[in-house]
This record gives sequence, C-alpha cells and structure tokens, in this order.
Amino acid sequence: MQANYKYIAFETILIKEIRRFARIWVQTLVPPAITIGLYFLIFGNLIGRRIGDMGGYGYMEFIVPGLIMMAVIQNSYANVVSSFFSQKFQRSIEELLVSPVPNYVILCGFVAGGVARGLAVGFIVMLMSFAFADLAIHNLSVTVIVVILTAVVFSLAGFLNALFANSFDDISIIPTFVLTPLIYLGGVFYSVELLPSAGRIVSSFNPIFYMVNTFRYGILGTSDVNIFWSLGMLMLFVAILFAISLYLLRKGTGLRH
Amino acid sequence: MRPLTLVVAPLHKSASCEVTRMTIAISIKDLYKTYANGHQALKGVNLDVSEGDFFALLGPNGAGKSTTIGVISTLVRQTSGTVTVYGKNVDTHVYETKLDLGIVPQEVNFSLFEKVGDIVMTQAGYYGLPRALARERTEKYLRKLGLWDKRDNRARMLSGGMKRRLMIARALVHEPRLLILDEPTAGVDIELRRSMWDFLQEINRNGTTIILTTHYLEEAETLCRNIAIIDEGRIIENTSMKKLLDKLDCQTLIFDLRHEIEEATFTELGLINAQLIDPHTFEIVIGCDEDINGIFTQLQNKGIGVKGMRNKTNRLEQLFLSRLKSA
Repeated sequence: MQANYKYIAFETILIKEIRRFARIWVQTLVPPAITIGLYFLIFGNLIGRRIGDMGGYGYMEFIVPGLIMMAVIQNSYANVVSSFFSQKFQRSIEELLVSPVPNYVILCGFVAGGVARGLAVGFIVMLMSFAFADLAIHNLSVTVIVVILTAVVFSLAGFLNALFANSFDDISIIPTFVLTPLIYLGGVFYSVELLPSAGRIVSSFNPIFYMVNTFRYGILGTSDVNIFWSLGMLMLFVAILFAISLYLLRKGTGLRH
Repeated sequence: MRPLTLVVAPLHKSASCEVTRMTIAISIKDLYKTYANGHQALKGVNLDVSEGDFFALLGPNGAGKSTTIGVISTLVRQTSGTVTVYGKNVDTHVYETKLDLGIVPQEVNFSLFEKVGDIVMTQAGYYGLPRALARERTEKYLRKLGLWDKRDNRARMLSGGMKRRLMIARALVHEPRLLILDEPTAGVDIELRRSMWDFLQEINRNGTTIILTTHYLEEAETLCRNIAIIDEGRIIENTSMKKLLDKLDCQTLIFDLRHEIEEATFTELGLINAQLIDPHTFEIVIGCDEDINGIFTQLQNKGIGVKGMRNKTNRLEQLFLSRLKSA
C-alpha cells in the first residue's frame, strides 16, 4: 500500500509538471525550437557552408548533436527552476509539504518533469534537424543514456537553484552567468582540436564539454573525450546533486521555517 | 450567491462512535518556537484536543495561532516540544499523522493558474488516492462546497469566498480525521459564512474533529464546544465554551425603543449604569447574575415599548478582551 501510494504521488507530480509546461507551450516548447532553428539556419546552413569540415564531419552535422544537447540542458534546468520556484512563490508548494509524500518522491517527481520537458524539446529540435542534415544514430544506447543523464543532472541543478532562490532574479542568474557560458564553451559549435593547449585544459574542467561530446559520439561516432569516463562522471554528478538536494529538502532549506 | 448544497455522509464511521469520544486527537506538549530573527513565537504551548471536538483557538494577531498550526502541519519546525496526532509524533510518524490531518491555511496557497478540479485531484494524488477514487472524492467535495460547476475554471477566476471553499474541499479530499482551519471565513460574506458553519457542523457531527482559529468570536461561540486563548505564545485560557462564558461577570445590553423618549423621561426611569444613546436607543450594563425583568417592568410602567434587545458586543468578545487585558 505504501509503495503504491508513493508511486501515485510521484505520478501525480509528474503529470502536474507535464500539464504545466504543455499548458504554456508557447513559452516552453516554441521559443527553444525557434532559437535552435535559427542556429541551424544561420550557423549551420549559411555560415557553416564556408567553414567546411569539423571533426571529420560537415559543420551542420557536427553542430546538430550539440544544439540538441543545448536544448535539453536549458529546458530541463528551466523547467524545474521555474516550476518549483513559482510554487514556492505562490506557496502552492505547501500542498506537497503538508502531504505525506516523502522528500525523495518530491525530488524525483520534479526531476522527472524536468527530464520530460528536456526530452520533449530535444525531440522537437531533433525533428527540425532532419530538415538540415542527414543523421544516423551511431550508438543508440549511448545516445539515450547520455541525454537522460544530462537532463537529470540539470533538472537537479535547477531544483537546487529554486530551493535557494528568493526572487525571480535569483532564478535567472545561474542560467545567464553560468549555464550559457558553459554551454557555448562546451564544444557545441567547435571541436576542441581548434583550441590552443591552454583552452583544451580549461575545457576539460567544463562538464558540459563531456556531455556534448558523449552525445555527439552517440550520434556521429566521433568524440573529443573518453565515453566511459564521461558517463561515469555524469552518474557521479547525478548521485552528488541528488544527495545534496535530498539533504536540503530534509533540512527544509527555503521551504520550512 | 449560491447557497451551499449540504449532503454530508459520515466521513469516519469509527470516529462517530461514542466510545472513542475521549481519544485525544491532537496533543501539543511544551511547544517552543524561536524564529531565525530571534522572535519567540511560542513559549511553551500545551494543548489537548479530544476526538470529535469542535475546538476554537483564539488569539490576537501575532499571538502564535498560525505558528502552532504551522508546527502541526510540519511547515514550521519547532525549537522544542512535541506534537502527536492520534498518539503518533508528527516528526517521526510522518505518513500516518499526515493522513489523519487536513489543513486549511489562512492565505490562498494553490496555483491560481490551475483548474479547480485539477487542484483537488492533484491533492488526492499526493495522498495516494487511486485515480478513480480521487475523481469520485473530487466531485463529492466540490459538489458539497458548491464548486462543481466551476471545476473547469482556472482558480484565479474564483471569488474570495470560492477560493476559501476550494481550500476546504482540497483539505477534505483524503477524508482526514482531524481538520484544522486557520480563519476559514475571513473576508467571506455573511450568507456564505453561515453556510460554511452549517457545513463544518455537519462534518463534525459525522466524526471529523475540527480545530478552528478565527477572529469572528461569534463564530467560535456558535460552533465550538471547547476553546483555548493564546496570547504572546502562551495558552492563557483552555476550557469549555460554557465554562468560559459563565465567567462573564457583566454584559452590556442595548434596547431599541418603539417610540422616541426624551432625556428627562429616561432619567426618571432611574436605571442604574444606563445611558441614552439616541431618542430610540439606550444601553445598560448589568451583572450576569442579575435579572432583566425589572428593566422591562420600569419601561412598561412608563408606557415605553421595547422593539428589540441585543448584546452590545458578542459575549465571548467581551470576555476575550477582558482576559487578554488581565493576561
């Protein structure tokens, strides 16, 4: 009975999250599709033709995995941070906090919601990419595992941001000043081979660089990083962020007086 | 305004039995709460509420009512002390105690962008109700609270009174044994308030223990059998409503007269502690053990007709203010 109630509670949170981003699809699903579509058109199609090959592939083919990953990262993060903070702001999070739902189920529910939006937008971007490039998936397992783990990592990061946030400004600081630079310098648009040695060393400290390259390996079969090391690191991030989030939830940080 | 439809079925068959009458629904022991800013909101609150009771927790603003409810609902962490619901500690038996509790907060705390039906359905899901049962209960309580027609409306479209009723429907969807309402009728018009009183009395008769905080002392006097008064984080009175009202040593009565009388005529009546407010109205302070027949006799002797008589303030209000003053 208890296990069943936990599953029902998890499913309820997930359905609520999906219903939320589906209800405001003009804000959640359309803008990333338009933005990434413009990247395809301008960088991939117009400028890309003059750039030539990158990492052994046409420039358009090279940036497609990175752009899909960029959409997944931004949207999984944005979903959790905005949804959880809005519920904190409106105090509707109290509906959950007074209920018997365990903290780990609350966390899993919100993370699953973030993953759902990340994958939904990633899927839309992937469909759009078919109009610009002929893609065949090189390794389906790696592709699926890395995209899900990445979405989980950034959903957890979004959750942490929302826990500490006290205003709507606080939920835009990390995406603007941390996430965007890390994504753009994470090898979405270029191969690490183009960087001077100092730049390569700096990139090796950027976790998004590993995620993008592992995903690129899954689709194209080429990568600047070791796939197993990268997947292991992702799993470690998931474990660490999950543990921190759960600890803070138990402590009541940002939620209970 | 549509009156509420009240078709209340028993919520808890076992709870309605007389044999369980003395079970303690909630017990608060030595509860202290000091907020991070140093404000000491609770200074050793002790309180027991029996199963089946309709209990009032009264106190002025900032007295500690909402903090107490916050600790019970686990939204506020106590500095020390324990809260047990049906004998189980809320901090260690989270699942069991929360299933027994329904909370209606003072301020609206649902998403204004969600549909009314979805808000109640979602809450049912949080309590582990399977979808079919959740749907059934959602319909049941939205109908009872006169919101079924609004089930597909966004919550922001509801009036203030409807929002409060929605919070009650949401708190009842898992059919808790103990319902705590933090000022449920604040800002609600008189007709609706009376309907809500009827509804709460009905569910209480059917076995749900109710704890109510309110600023409307008439509400507490009408609904509640037992009462506690909290002030500056301490319980200063904890007794039955009857015993509390018996402590009232005097009351102020207002007489509405059928015809105008002059000041001189009023003075001739020789009423003690009486004052003419206007040519149609006078007020008089009398001891609670005094008869009021004498006043009527004196008025009748002078040929002065009385149209009506009422308490100047609610009796409980008078007592509440004097108790706070002495505390």
